[in-house]
Amino acid sequence: MTQNEDIELFASGHRACAGCGEGTAVRQILKVAGPNTIATICTGCLEVVSTGYPETAWEIPLIHAAFENSASVASGVEVALKELGRKEGVNVLAFGGDGGTFDIGLQALSGMLERGHDITYICLDNEAYMNTGIQRCSSTPYGASTTTSPSGKYSIGESKQKKPIAAICAAHGIPYTATANIAYINDLKKKVKKAIETEGPSFLHVFAPCPTGWRHGSDDTIEIGRLAVQTGVFVLWEAVDGDICNLKVTVMPKKRKPVEEYLKRQKRFAHLTEEDIAKIQQEVDEKCDRYGLPKRE
Amino acid sequence: MTVKITIGAINKEHGSSKKYKTGGWRSVCPVVDLEKCISCYKCYDYCPDAAIKKIEDGIEYDLDYCKGCGICAAECPVKAIVMVKEEK
Amino acid sequence: MGEQKSMTIKGNMATAMGAKLCRPNVVPAYPITPSTLFPEKMSEFIADGELDASMINVESEHSAMSACIGASATGARVVTASASQGVALMHEMLFIASGMRLPIVMAVGNRALSAPINIWCDHQDTIASRDSGCLQFYAENNQEGLDLMINAFRIGEDERVLLPVIVGIDAFVLTHTIEGVKVPAQEDVDDFLPPYKPKHGTLDHRDPATFGSFAPPEYYQEFKFEQTKAMEDSRDVIDEIFADYANRFGRDYKKVSTYACEDADVILLTMGSMTGTAREAVKKMREEGKKVGLAKLTVYRPFPMPELKDILSSAKGVAVIERNISPGSTGAVYAELAGTFVNEKKRPLLKNFITGLGGRDTLVDTFEEIYDKTIEVIENGEVKVLVEWIAMNEEVMR
Repeated sequence: MTQNEDIELFASGHRACAGCGEGTAVRQILKVAGPNTIATICTGCLEVVSTGYPETAWEIPLIHAAFENSASVASGVEVALKELGRKEGVNVLAFGGDGGTFDIGLQALSGMLERGHDITYICLDNEAYMNTGIQRCSSTPYGASTTTSPSGKYSIGESKQKKPIAAICAAHGIPYTATANIAYINDLKKKVKKAIETEGPSFLHVFAPCPTGWRHGSDDTIEIGRLAVQTGVFVLWEAVDGDICNLKVTVMPKKRKPVEEYLKRQKRFAHLTEEDIAKIQQEVDEKCDRYGLPKRE
Repeated sequence: MTVKITIGAINKEHGSSKKYKTGGWRSVCPVVDLEKCISCYKCYDYCPDAAIKKIEDGIEYDLDYCKGCGICAAECPVKAIVMVKEEK
Repeated sequence: MGEQKSMTIKGNMATAMGAKLCRPNVVPAYPITPSTLFPEKMSEFIADGELDASMINVESEHSAMSACIGASATGARVVTASASQGVALMHEMLFIASGMRLPIVMAVGNRALSAPINIWCDHQDTIASRDSGCLQFYAENNQEGLDLMINAFRIGEDERVLLPVIVGIDAFVLTHTIEGVKVPAQEDVDDFLPPYKPKHGTLDHRDPATFGSFAPPEYYQEFKFEQTKAMEDSRDVIDEIFADYANRFGRDYKKVSTYACEDADVILLTMGSMTGTAREAVKKMREEGKKVGLAKLTVYRPFPMPELKDILSSAKGVAVIERNISPGSTGAVYAELAGTFVNEKKRPLLKNFITGLGGRDTLVDTFEEIYDKTIEVIENGEVKVLVEWIAMNEEVMR
């Protein structure tokens, strides 16, 4: 990983929405991974915005096959590289969105982690099926209004808690698991580097706000990501060998902001009452206590 | 743009998305005051579209691709970037 | 030429031996009855150092075909095996393997589809994948299973083709039945099958390519046309490579092979292992003076329309005997054969017989009954009932 980081391996001209968090994430991840990288992606926003024939935004080899199998396609790539004597010095990255990772691709991902492939799996999480029009998935947080979990007289919006995907992956005992966030690029890049340098499977859960689906300003993408960390809604941590009892929080907010500051900037949470917000705050507080984060301001 | 198709839709024209100028999407345009710019390159790092180039003592925009999202202006620690309404 | 070794082996072992002789690099597979012996044997070959390859013991058939796609796109020679529900589960990925023009070879132990669950012989699993863009070959016996595997790699990897190939061997009747098989020498297979060196694209950082593009309406139809053209072009390639195989190894394959068809009034059209019994039935009926012949469909995709026209047009009636049914229509082969003849002035009457589903035995009696019913059609000069189910267990019918 000694390449010039100014080289763009995810080229301009891709059709992601203005202010798309995934655009920043993929650009920065590929800067770390470098040109000696083969990537797989699953069906979804990333595939649609970057591979429209006859163009491609990818400067590295890329394969998209279907929605649920980025991990198993990557498994085939990795084993083939080894068999053909071409794996040395080559990184295999498997990208998945939250739908392709938390939901439809979870089985393939579990298989990939269990089999011990030398692959870095990266979930780009924007907390719903955005490409198909903002339908809820098991990554959608409690209280978010989506097109299939709309808020209404009898509905708070999404009624279930977000699935703890990184902990589930870590529980496979994989060498390296981490959560990251596009607002914290140095932390993200360090983790990508560690994941790639780690022999065997690693999992990165990357928080990537979506102005279209979360209904915030396109200029607010980074600030929303930052607030998710500062409020404790999304905790940045890493764990070695799946030991989540001894995980390390890598970005520790000095003081924790109230969740309201995070929620109020996104129209997907606009319907929440003070009581709803208090409930979410209580849950975040309990979670942050478990992670050893500071008390709320 | 029309091209001859390839076997299995395998596309060797890597990075060819650059042929499509997303700058046309823009309704507001970033303007940087290089006097204020401290070359921290946060705007460069956060840009989802690789539309900011590092230059000596500052940055310059590639307006062919800038979609006008405004992340750069929002994240500039010294408020050196402003978004102005696009003249069309 | 090296000597061909005589072995007495199960059908799954025959397809595994065939695959091993082709020196695959990667074998992603998921066990399913009746194909399990295939991944077991491939694992053994690797464990014993007889094959330099890697197994990927995936967690589902969907991932098996997905890993095949990843490995094949990386430039590896790839083989897998499956059956029944497994083929159904990977259905989506078969279309993608073909659309990306990846010459993956898959041995299928042809088995019925649920529900009700049934593990025995039936062709519904691969017939349901007929539109996926994979070539499909069906073996009559274990020797054919082995030989067709070797041919499958050479045909699928041919630059004029570049498509996946499915080799079907009937569940239990072949997969688990021991038969004598001649196994070609490794050096002769090496000579027949050059290493896989794809020129159309490989996942390689030295020449970056995007696989699996999103194709808008102005391109999609052209991609499908090209993929279909490759399937059309495979017709001549199959003939050429079958002939080369016959020259080298002495076993002559045809898309459709015939027995006693020359002067036959009635021709029975079969696929897979039932052909052996059908041949016995035809022999017996010929001895009784009945003018009956037998045509065996070895290649189902591409569907051999010209060959079938040549062979069948002189008959008065053709009995299309199938181990599959499309509810609400006919058996798959029947409908396609009817399409083959629809514009022909000289054409036989076609009658469809569904039998042998879920492992129902197809006996000599069965074929005699089919012959009688076809003669009846010829005498009446019309086909009153297109589809007739044969060898029903009347005792259990409601």
